[in-house]
Amino acid sequence: MEKIIILIVLITGVIAIAQLVRVYELTYKLKNRGEHEIPNRDNNLNAKLMLGFMMFQFLGFIYLMLKYGWTGRGEPASLQGVETDWLLNVNFIIIILVFFITNFLLFFFAYKYVRKPGVKATYYSHNNKLEIIWTIVPAVVLGVIIILGLKSWTELTAQSSDKAEKIELFAYQFAWIARYSGEDNTLGKFDYKLTTGNNELALMTESTIDTSLNEMKLSIENLESKLKQVNFDYLVSAYRGLSSNSSFKSGIDKAAQEILVSDFNLAEAEAEFKHLYGDHIGNHGHLEIALEAPNQETQTIIGDLEQQLSIKERLYRGLVQMKQNHNPDVDKYALNDILQKDTLYLCKGRDYEFSFRSKDVIHSAYFPHFRAQMNVVPGMPTRFKFTPSLTTNEMRKSKNDEKFNFVLMCNKICGGAHYKMKMIVVVYPEAEYNTWMASKKTATFKDQYSPAVEAVESTIDSNI
Amino acid sequence: MSSVAHENHHDEHHHEEHFISKYIFSQDHKMIGKQFLMTAVFMGLVAMMLSIFFRIQLAWPGEESTFLNIFLGDEWAPNGIMKEDMYLGLVTLHGTIMVFFLLTGGLSGTFSNILIPLQLGARDMASGFLNMLSYWFFFLSSLLMFASLFVHEGAVFGLQLGDPTTSLPGVWDGSGPAMAGWTIYPPLSALPQSVSGSGLGMTLWLFSMTIFIASSLIGSLNYIVTVFNLRTKGMIMTRMPLTIWAFFVTAILGVLSFPVLLSAALLLMMDRMAGTSFYLSDIIVGSEMLANHGGSPILYQHLFWFLGHPEVYIVLLPALGLSSEIIATNSRKPIFGYKAMIGSILAIGFLSFIVWGHHMFITGMNPFLGSVFVFTTLLIAIPSAVKVFNYLATLWKGSLVLTPAMMFAIGLVSTFITGGVTGIILADSALDIALHDTYFVVAHFHIVMGMSAVFGMFGGVYHWFPKMFGKMMNTRLGYVHFWITIIGAYGVFFPMHFVGLAGAPRRYYNYSVYEEFDKGALDMMMDLNVIITFFAIFAALGQALFLFNFFYSIFRGPKAPQNPWRSTTLEWTTPVEHIHGNWPGELPTVHRWPYDYSKPGADEDFIPQTVPLAEGEEEH
Repeated sequence: MEKIIILIVLITGVIAIAQLVRVYELTYKLKNRGEHEIPNRDNNLNAKLMLGFMMFQFLGFIYLMLKYGWTGRGEPASLQGVETDWLLNVNFIIIILVFFITNFLLFFFAYKYVRKPGVKATYYSHNNKLEIIWTIVPAVVLGVIIILGLKSWTELTAQSSDKAEKIELFAYQFAWIARYSGEDNTLGKFDYKLTTGNNELALMTESTIDTSLNEMKLSIENLESKLKQVNFDYLVSAYRGLSSNSSFKSGIDKAAQEILVSDFNLAEAEAEFKHLYGDHIGNHGHLEIALEAPNQETQTIIGDLEQQLSIKERLYRGLVQMKQNHNPDVDKYALNDILQKDTLYLCKGRDYEFSFRSKDVIHSAYFPHFRAQMNVVPGMPTRFKFTPSLTTNEMRKSKNDEKFNFVLMCNKICGGAHYKMKMIVVVYPEAEYNTWMASKKTATFKDQYSPAVEAVESTIDSNI
Repeated sequence: MSSVAHENHHDEHHHEEHFISKYIFSQDHKMIGKQFLMTAVFMGLVAMMLSIFFRIQLAWPGEESTFLNIFLGDEWAPNGIMKEDMYLGLVTLHGTIMVFFLLTGGLSGTFSNILIPLQLGARDMASGFLNMLSYWFFFLSSLLMFASLFVHEGAVFGLQLGDPTTSLPGVWDGSGPAMAGWTIYPPLSALPQSVSGSGLGMTLWLFSMTIFIASSLIGSLNYIVTVFNLRTKGMIMTRMPLTIWAFFVTAILGVLSFPVLLSAALLLMMDRMAGTSFYLSDIIVGSEMLANHGGSPILYQHLFWFLGHPEVYIVLLPALGLSSEIIATNSRKPIFGYKAMIGSILAIGFLSFIVWGHHMFITGMNPFLGSVFVFTTLLIAIPSAVKVFNYLATLWKGSLVLTPAMMFAIGLVSTFITGGVTGIILADSALDIALHDTYFVVAHFHIVMGMSAVFGMFGGVYHWFPKMFGKMMNTRLGYVHFWITIIGAYGVFFPMHFVGLAGAPRRYYNYSVYEEFDKGALDMMMDLNVIITFFAIFAALGQALFLFNFFYSIFRGPKAPQNPWRSTTLEWTTPVEHIHGNWPGELPTVHRWPYDYSKPGADEDFIPQTVPLAEGEEEH
């Protein structure tokens, strides 16, 4: 392929250079003519080219329309999509008319009124009546567009009916997870702090809160002991550096080994080292020891650990509050929720109320065939509704493509693999959908969740 | 910048000024305007090259390209296959550079500087020093933004910036330029862990934009003060050319909206470097749980688009102003509806501040708020339509001289229409749901804002080149350049509407996911993508003609007469050779509006503004 590109680049380059040389010669010859005076021949040629370009523009548009269909977007697959596509068509008719008429006038005038010898331009500076007309006409047309548009918008964004089935779509770099609300049609509560290895969606029940508290506690202890270790290592090396005497150094090392096997605290350890140093220099009185400051690397490690610790402690306090305020009666809503990866199953003719949640950055839930889209914003719940009106099989038939599927794509830049972030959507007729749903009865959150205690292995643990 | 230093080398002996104060740290508005132009043209070429890279990726994904390997190197295009992250980096920097550095700095910076004092009859800008500062801030920010393209593991050209060992995770680290799209929405832009470009690349982006905003503010204040205070005798506001009206309103828009972007950027820097939570809440990135709580990414979007939408008009109004002047001059007719044109500039300027929400219909903001933005956004179509009709009426029964500048101005009207009408679809929130962030949007704004502004800029350069450099450009090269550019522009952006209507999201590295569910749509997108890329390469090569013509004419072009286009405005009464203070003697006095072309009863088909009204003559 690159060969073709290089070839094109070369050929066009050569043509360009040839053109340049030719024009250079022309300019040279014409030097005695004022370069600013456009000869009539050039003027007329360009005027004709203006008409030619208009044809290129119009015929190109018509060709694209014929080739790819009126708007090239295929059949809408939801009730809402049918309505917005109608609205889109109305708008399209209006703007295509405007496009053709005004572009025609523009290029036609450019052709027709090109300078002709002996013809002077008409001095015509304004005409209030005309100007009022071409202010009012667009205003009226836009008024109609606004009214039609807002009518649809209000319906599209209105509350769903009570019987609408509730589904949550959870987005993260770079995939989707669907959460069906189960038999009670109520989604359980969640809080991002509850995310653990076996509770990806951070659902809130008494048991998940306990697990998270435990994990967080372990993780804090882990960090604290790391921090202690780093500080201890620093102390050892700092005290070792106080003297070049090898027996003193080995004394410190020995003491350090003894301290390490016990459950020590840093102050005790430091007192011990200080004592050893006092022995070494024969002074047990008021000792002022100037230790070498930790090196850059150690400082960075300590800084990072302290920062992580403060984050974990803050999260831990949040969890403690959550536990205090949690009402275990609502656990049942979460426990019967059904988690579904890879494929989203929907039922033709059923109203759906989607809520959206993001784990990390902004994503956008884009269902091109259902003409539906809503951003997925971390920390802010969003919602959208639609009613599928065609099953996957019906769409396959009308598209004449056995492999066709509906899809949910990410449509807000979210990182390197943004373009691969999708979920296949299958729309079943009622009976098939019910069969599928029945098969999921035993795949609820309750069935899948086991409050494992091997918490240290959790995905949330820091990777220091 | 060396080209600036060279441009007038041959006539250096005319001036006693020191080389540095004349060509580098110049306080003369004409030189500063040219400096803006040169820098912007360079940045524009960079951004155009970036677009060619990602167009190649889109047309031939996965194919090995030596071309890409040569430019992106083994790090970003090993074996000539572009990396995913770099694709995002390219689209991000393409957008940023085009919008801010070419179309804001290049258009407003160049032409406001050159034309405001000249068309108003002033000796220079209100503050020459601030004007110089404005350029050098612009230069510095261009440099930083350009450098951010070369970030590699926390260093630029091997130079370590900042300290990667501090406890700020990642903001001095990472490889590649910013990768969060030109709108840099957090959390993606706030979290260095989320994408490799959100490290040092994003830090440089933010520093560069901060300096850019300072440059823009200083410049705009200067323009406003100059328009208010330094008009020559007789130059009342309603005798100002439409160019000045456009620059004036643009400057006001800039002063009112850029500070909001600055605050958005500062808050983002705080979130990145000081652990605040303005835009962050409840986030787990990778496997790291953050404690940030209570911030809102949507807050950033409101702040960004409060600038972002006026920015569209900061880019567009100068182009419309330039083309008004070019069309009137070359139609040899007064601009039709001068007062209505001023009215629509003011209306567009005002409305542009209350429409930003149309970029956010599907962020989950209150639907009622969405309705309000639908209403205000569609209102803006009215003054825009008035402008188009007035342009058409100006051409009607004119005596058109199709100079290259005039051709570009006509091209601008065409792209303004074609891109404008699709805006009506996108402003309709119900329709935006399905079209948001698809190629339909890309097509819309590239035509209406990108192409119109670029055409305005080209028109401006061709028209005022004699004023800037005292030389004429070659018209025939100009024609070829125009035809290549307009055919390229439509060839690239028109088919994008269809790609978008078929549902293709923007900022996709490739469309391979379609393979799994809709082969038909994939085939169509790939067909069109290849066509689009061919047109893009074609148009990009055409720009070589412009560059050649531009630099060749600076050195070798025929000497310009004083008033080559037989124009009425004041800049054509100054001597061809630039002098400090613009007019050798007294400042000119203005007696009439700037559009007395083909006035009945006059001998010539234009009457300069400096000519007093004849007895019994009405002003207009």
